[in-house]
Amino acid sequence: MRISTFFYTIKQGIINIFRNKWFSLASIATISACLFLFGLFYSILMNVQNIVKTAQEGVSVTVFFDEGISDERIQQIGDEIQKRPEVSKINFISADEAWDSFKEEYLGEYADGFTENPLENSASYEIYLNDVSMQPALVSYLEGLDGIREVNRSDITAASLTGINALIAYASIGIIAILFAVSIFLISNTVTIGISVRKEEISIMKYIGATDFFVRSPFVIEGMLIGAIGALIPMGIIYSVYNEVISYIIGKFSNLSKLLAFLPVNEIFAKLLPGSLIMGIGIGFLGSIITVRKHLRV
Amino acid sequence: MSIKIQVVKKVAREQRGRRRKGTASDEIITMNHVSKAYATGAPALNGVDLHIKKGEFVFIVGDSGSGKSTMIKLLLRELVPTEGEINVMGYDLVRIRHRKIPMFRRNLGIVFQDFRLLKDRNVYENVAFAQRIIQKPTKEIKRNVPSILATVGLAGKYKAKPRQLSGGEQQRVAIARALVNRPSILLADEPTGNLDPKNSWEIMKLLEQINENGTTVLVVTHNREIVNAMQKRVVTMKKGVIVSDEEKGGYIDDED
Repeated sequence: MRISTFFYTIKQGIINIFRNKWFSLASIATISACLFLFGLFYSILMNVQNIVKTAQEGVSVTVFFDEGISDERIQQIGDEIQKRPEVSKINFISADEAWDSFKEEYLGEYADGFTENPLENSASYEIYLNDVSMQPALVSYLEGLDGIREVNRSDITAASLTGINALIAYASIGIIAILFAVSIFLISNTVTIGISVRKEEISIMKYIGATDFFVRSPFVIEGMLIGAIGALIPMGIIYSVYNEVISYIIGKFSNLSKLLAFLPVNEIFAKLLPGSLIMGIGIGFLGSIITVRKHLRV
Repeated sequence: MSIKIQVVKKVAREQRGRRRKGTASDEIITMNHVSKAYATGAPALNGVDLHIKKGEFVFIVGDSGSGKSTMIKLLLRELVPTEGEINVMGYDLVRIRHRKIPMFRRNLGIVFQDFRLLKDRNVYENVAFAQRIIQKPTKEIKRNVPSILATVGLAGKYKAKPRQLSGGEQQRVAIARALVNRPSILLADEPTGNLDPKNSWEIMKLLEQINENGTTVLVVTHNREIVNAMQKRVVTMKKGVIVSDEEKGGYIDDED
């Protein structure tokens, strides 16, 4: 294709968009809505995933030992736990360390009244998992070990977080699929109108000897441009409000601030922006190519 | 290497395709026993034979329903005949592949009764449009369009929109558009149908001049006066058959 032909085609595509403004606007709006929701769900999913991941990394199982257990046995238990595949990290907390952190956290200056360590038998292992769903299995294994008095599991139930994530994912896939279909339908309508408006021009083009490709490409370009615009608008909106929404959420739930580990906007957009553009242009391409093949029997 | 061989083979194949049904070398349009029937009613064309040589000027006359329009559509390969052979410029229009049709049509210039100009574009753009379609470089378009507009006598009006022009001027634009790609054949379907006598004459003179410059011209018309005055070959059609084909003929009255 010649460069002049390429620019001519693009120009005609843009003229098409302006020639039936309202339909173009409707198509752009639908794609925008579609990709806005996509961007929204994507951001939520990524953040929930990140929160779950952070929470999972923070979830620990604590193991206390029988009274009078020997240091060797503690060491032995530690080695055995370390070997488990689901264990990512294991920390030994001696009785003194436990008391020190307890004092610091809860007693402050009142701790001076204690002369002995009241937590003498509270040495423990803090065990971190790389997969929280393995927690029940690990707990029952630990309870079966010799020399263990008590196993404390963390209260954050990973299952519920994972469940929420899956729910959001399914709901968003459903809604996005419906919006995709609507977008393709609307783009198809827009292009159909464009074709009927230019019917005479197309018939002249065919008489003069325009190839199918030459006749069709402006309409496909039109669809792809609509898709690209429809993708850029919601991305702009999400980009500009993302940080504000997050600081609002953190402000509102400040007691959960340790748990709410949000991703920075640039990290989200590194994948979201190209993804949305590809989808927008893809919808436009699909919608217009289907229509052009159907209505432009050249 | 293999690409080269493929290209050579392709060219050979195309040449074979063109030469199929050996047309006489100076015949540019050949119709042999061509019939066209639509789904309902009598055939629109019934066993038509027509041979037109390179450089001829031919009127095709006849009432509505005589099969003129069907003939034009067959020559443009808008329709395929139900029977018979059509060969235009070496293209076998019965067997031509769909994707070859645009290339074939680039050899034809077409002028319609209702001009069919693009109303949202000026004279220059209307003519340049034809060159854009065949993907001429902009540089050439800028050279070709003014020269063809001068030929049809519209050099000063290239910025005007179609609605600012008279009917005669609009038809000149249409002729310029048909000619700018230097076709071998110009097909004019009732080119003076919407024009007053003075403009009709001017358009006909222009077509004659184009013919003198070597383009084969086919004019479908109702205009008795012009046909009688110009003394060209006249093919008269009636109810789907050619009833007369005369060199330097006249308009045959329909009085049976």
